[in-house]
Amino acid sequence: MQNNSLVSISDFTKDEMLELLEDMKYFEANPNRRLLEGKVVATLFFEPSTRTRLSFETAVNRLGGRIIGFSDASTTSSSKGETLKDTIMMVNNYVDLIIMRHYLEGAARYASEVSRVPIINAGDGANQHPSQTMLDLYSIYKTQGTLRDLTITMVGDLKYGRTVHSLLMAMSYFNPKFNFVACDELKMPQEYKDFCDEHGIAYTETRDFSPEVINSSDIIYMTRVQRERFTDLMEYERVKNIYNLHNSMLDNSKDNVRILHPLPRVGEISQDVDSNPKAYYFQQAQNGLYARQAIICKVLGIDVKSLRENER
Amino acid sequence: MSDKNILAVAALQNGTVIDHIPTELVFDVVRLLGIEDLDSSVTIGFNLDSKKLGKKGILKVADVFFPDETLNRLAIVAPNVNVNIINDYKVVKKFKVTLPDEIKGIVRCNNVKCITNNEPMTTHFHVVDKDKVIIRCHYCERSIEKNEIELQ
Ligand SMILES: [Zn+2]
Repeated sequence: MQNNSLVSISDFTKDEMLELLEDMKYFEANPNRRLLEGKVVATLFFEPSTRTRLSFETAVNRLGGRIIGFSDASTTSSSKGETLKDTIMMVNNYVDLIIMRHYLEGAARYASEVSRVPIINAGDGANQHPSQTMLDLYSIYKTQGTLRDLTITMVGDLKYGRTVHSLLMAMSYFNPKFNFVACDELKMPQEYKDFCDEHGIAYTETRDFSPEVINSSDIIYMTRVQRERFTDLMEYERVKNIYNLHNSMLDNSKDNVRILHPLPRVGEISQDVDSNPKAYYFQQAQNGLYARQAIICKVLGIDVKSLRENER
Repeated sequence: MSDKNILAVAALQNGTVIDHIPTELVFDVVRLLGIEDLDSSVTIGFNLDSKKLGKKGILKVADVFFPDETLNRLAIVAPNVNVNIINDYKVVKKFKVTLPDEIKGIVRCNNVKCITNNEPMTTHFHVVDKDKVIIRCHYCERSIEKNEIELQ
């Protein structure tokens, strides 16, 4: 890892991920720790994402750091044709850490190569969004008490949904079983199924969001099926409601099953699921705060481990 | 190799002969080796008969010995070309090019949303499968298969 940046979830080893989960637990119990006292953090959002930016900025604020940055590239020099490199070279003179989101894929990796300060990737196009993966892992760990031997059902857009791809890779260390539920146009890409085969990970692939699949699941990870992903709009009309979850579909599900969704949702999870204790997507979003606090400390080399051991 | 070609190879006193180039790739090979910028005499054979390839190309570059790294670039487009190093009319070394583990520059990422296509910078790929020739962009992480590889 160059200058400790976090660009992709694969920058972390299994042990680093497990340590981060413990750090997240610590921040959930102690959200206000002034570990960034005197530090300045830049949030550079070349592509707007209010949800992600607020989560990161809350994390910095709760850690006692200060923030500079922009939330929309149309107001910055990059809209005047300045290169990403020049923007990073300027900003890294001012701050201790850069959190960036960009519409181009690979932007964060490149920034990490030119920057003197660590970069956290808050999303680069359709490529990576590692803090989302950490909050997903934590949500699974917290609700199931373990990451091992779980049956995880992924539903909806498995082709373009980067969150499910990253989660699949991260879970590969923990002997999961996957159910991939999607229509033909949005099914899990072959390279990820090859990855499962190479790692001895069992999976099923179905078009139907059937009771068998639902009732065998420990985690149901819902994603948005977006109209613009379809080349055949007739197909969209045919499938758009198949991958919606209604409360009655959970009647015979396992007690421990939890419903996750990266949010925002449109119609994939009907409102009547919200009051079901198996719904976990709002708490999942809240876990994003702890994930970002833990990641920020990790890339800045702040030793949360000895902190949590001392305070035990 | 036909007798004619052996003669042609032997006619070079010192230099490099690239043989068994699929004929449609001859000009890619010329470009990858930077032949345009050389001062030495270069013979380009095109549409020559070949038992193995049907039609093949051959390239003879007088008095130039390319670094291995440069020659191995050829494996990106033509993994089976032969390189003959000629010294005093004799073949002193003969080898097949091999794909490097990393490719910097030369190839363009075919993802239009990749940072490398939108910023003045060098491309960088990891070779993930040498046999099937599959490379992965270091930046956007997209895999590119042999028949989709585009030179810069
Ligand atoms: Zn790329």
